[in-house]
Amino acid sequence: MNEMCDISLTVNGERVSERVEARKSLVDFLRDDLTLTGSHVGCEHGVCGACTVRVNGEIVRGCLMLAVQCDGASVETIEGVSDSGEIADLQEAFQKRNALQCGFCTPGMLLTAQDLLSNDQTPSRDHIREHISGNYCRCTGYHAIVDAVESVAQARKGSRK
Amino acid sequence: MKPAPFAYAKARSVEDAIALLAQHGEGAKLLAGGQSLIATLNMRLSAPRILIDLNGIAGLNSITLKGGEVEIGAMTRHAEIERSDVIRKHAPLIAMAMPHIAHPAIRNRGTIGGSIAFADPAAELPACLLALGGLVEIAGPKGKRTVKADDYFKGLYETAIGACDMLTGIRLPAAPAASRYGFAELSRRHGDYAVAGLAASATFASGKLTKVRLAFFGVDLTPVRAKAAEMALAGGDLDKAVAALASDLDPPDDIQENGAVKKHLAGVLLRRVVQQLTETRA
Repeated sequence: MNEMCDISLTVNGERVSERVEARKSLVDFLRDDLTLTGSHVGCEHGVCGACTVRVNGEIVRGCLMLAVQCDGASVETIEGVSDSGEIADLQEAFQKRNALQCGFCTPGMLLTAQDLLSNDQTPSRDHIREHISGNYCRCTGYHAIVDAVESVAQARKGSRK
Repeated sequence: MKPAPFAYAKARSVEDAIALLAQHGEGAKLLAGGQSLIATLNMRLSAPRILIDLNGIAGLNSITLKGGEVEIGAMTRHAEIERSDVIRKHAPLIAMAMPHIAHPAIRNRGTIGGSIAFADPAAELPACLLALGGLVEIAGPKGKRTVKADDYFKGLYETAIGACDMLTGIRLPAAPAASRYGFAELSRRHGDYAVAGLAASATFASGKLTKVRLAFFGVDLTPVRAKAAEMALAGGDLDKAVAALASDLDPPDDIQENGAVKKHLAGVLLRRVVQQLTETRA
């Protein structure tokens, strides 16, 4: 019985090999072992969405996946997508439209918004609300977030023409 | 909170998973998508000694149409089901339920097998299985067996799955031409567990509903058929069907609502779902 496990994975494009406790969640591994503290820990039972990260290109709850399950996977965090510039327009729109105050939900919110926009280039406001429904924000009342995501969708559509 | 310490083993096959279960007994838990299990571990509502991870087992995530049935492998993710043309065409009730199941990030991990094995009384897929009269495929130390949905749910989080068994897939009757499906739920936030919900299947022809199966969820310890209401609907009387829910259902109070409110909501849901079952198709 192994309570400690060796894992190798890619995090934001870099190879990482670590020994982790089997019980360690992905988000705790990212924060505590790799000091990637952009992913936040909120409810720790899948409700709030603050720990949202990407595993093999898909958004997941970092608190509902174990680090050991990411052996061999490619994990991307807010640090990675910020550095790559992938969501620079979303980040700017969030800032411009006051779509964040305390910022606790923002990394998860941005990754979830990017997930929506990569699958649906012209989402309705209802669809935006539905897609971010798993991400709690206690500051903004969501309206500004929907505005920001909608404006980026329109801007990206315009730039594709 | 953080889970209590546990060991971790990755099963290579269904047989391997069952052997590991037999070896470790009650202290072992199977890990499918983990979207309920890991939450309960984090809250220390459960503290297994070992988790047996099913995510490395090949061949359990297929959706196939075979001999008039839709077969869905246990490890098929909600997101895969949501995108599946086979599901949309041949198991439309499942397609209707899908957007109500949690949120995109959770649908990327959660599995149909995990949902039906866990059997949360407020979850959508167990109720859909019951409404469709589907079959559950279970593998155990003595081999494989198939259990009908009507015989599968035993109590709160209790099913026909034994201690050393594993759910390997489900089979649903492929939708015949005259079949109709209805789905509605009431929840506090989109994607949350339902306060009350209803999944239904029926045949609709010449203005009449027959073969009605109503599976309510969030109103009892398991998803439940409302058989008196089914009979009333087959007799063409919606008001009588709503009234019959008084004898069909006896919802206990829970963290979300009291039983009386749930009972009232069940009637609201039934009217909405019957509308879906009987509306003219475009």
